[in-house]
Amino acid sequence: MTGPHAHVAWWAFLVHRLSGIALALFLPLHFIALGTALQGEAALQDFLRWSEQPLVVLSEWAIVSLLAAHLAGGLRILALEFLPWRGWQKTLAAIGAGFALFAGLVFALAR
Amino acid sequence: MSARREAQLWWMQRLTAAILALCVFVHLATIIYAVRGGLTAAEILGRTRASVAWAIFYATFVLAAALHGAVGLRTIAAEWLGLRGAAADFVATVIAFALAVTGLRAVVAVVIAP
Repeated sequence: MTGPHAHVAWWAFLVHRLSGIALALFLPLHFIALGTALQGEAALQDFLRWSEQPLVVLSEWAIVSLLAAHLAGGLRILALEFLPWRGWQKTLAAIGAGFALFAGLVFALAR
Repeated sequence: MSARREAQLWWMQRLTAAILALCVFVHLATIIYAVRGGLTAAEILGRTRASVAWAIFYATFVLAAALHGAVGLRTIAAEWLGLRGAAADFVATVIAFALAVTGLRAVVAVVIAP
């Protein structure tokens, strides 16, 4: 495969891989944070209050966007591997990018 | 590592991806709904505490993510770092267990929070 389709496929691959690494690094922190609820509601509330700092909110926005991007990229891979739609790569990648941005923006605007 | 084992891991990655796709849709919708007006512990725990449905959902989500993350990192280690073989498999297994244990602990925390 050559030309713009190859280019889009390479970017889709890179975004999927890097977002996957970021999610794998984020998950233990997410689980440890939620685990504070074992000490009671107040402990979780203390963590949530700490998380209201602008830099933490920005990081949350980033990780939610990366989650949406990884979901979209994963659906693209499943479609390419299991559905006979090879020519649709570029459209699927564009839908994926759009969906990721949309989810990130909705989250950012809601805070 | 045999070709058969690699094929099994490839299928496991697709199976967990399909499960995670459903879970992530629900999770994103919950996040967008929950953050409106700010997050509070009372609101989160009010939803999850003593809920069998959320416990099953999050436990499934955690186990699928633990397997998917470990297999994904194993692939990246092989392709980008050239790390293969028993040592790489051992590290991937440790990652899967660590994610599963911390994740299930978090599920227990939000379901039985005092």
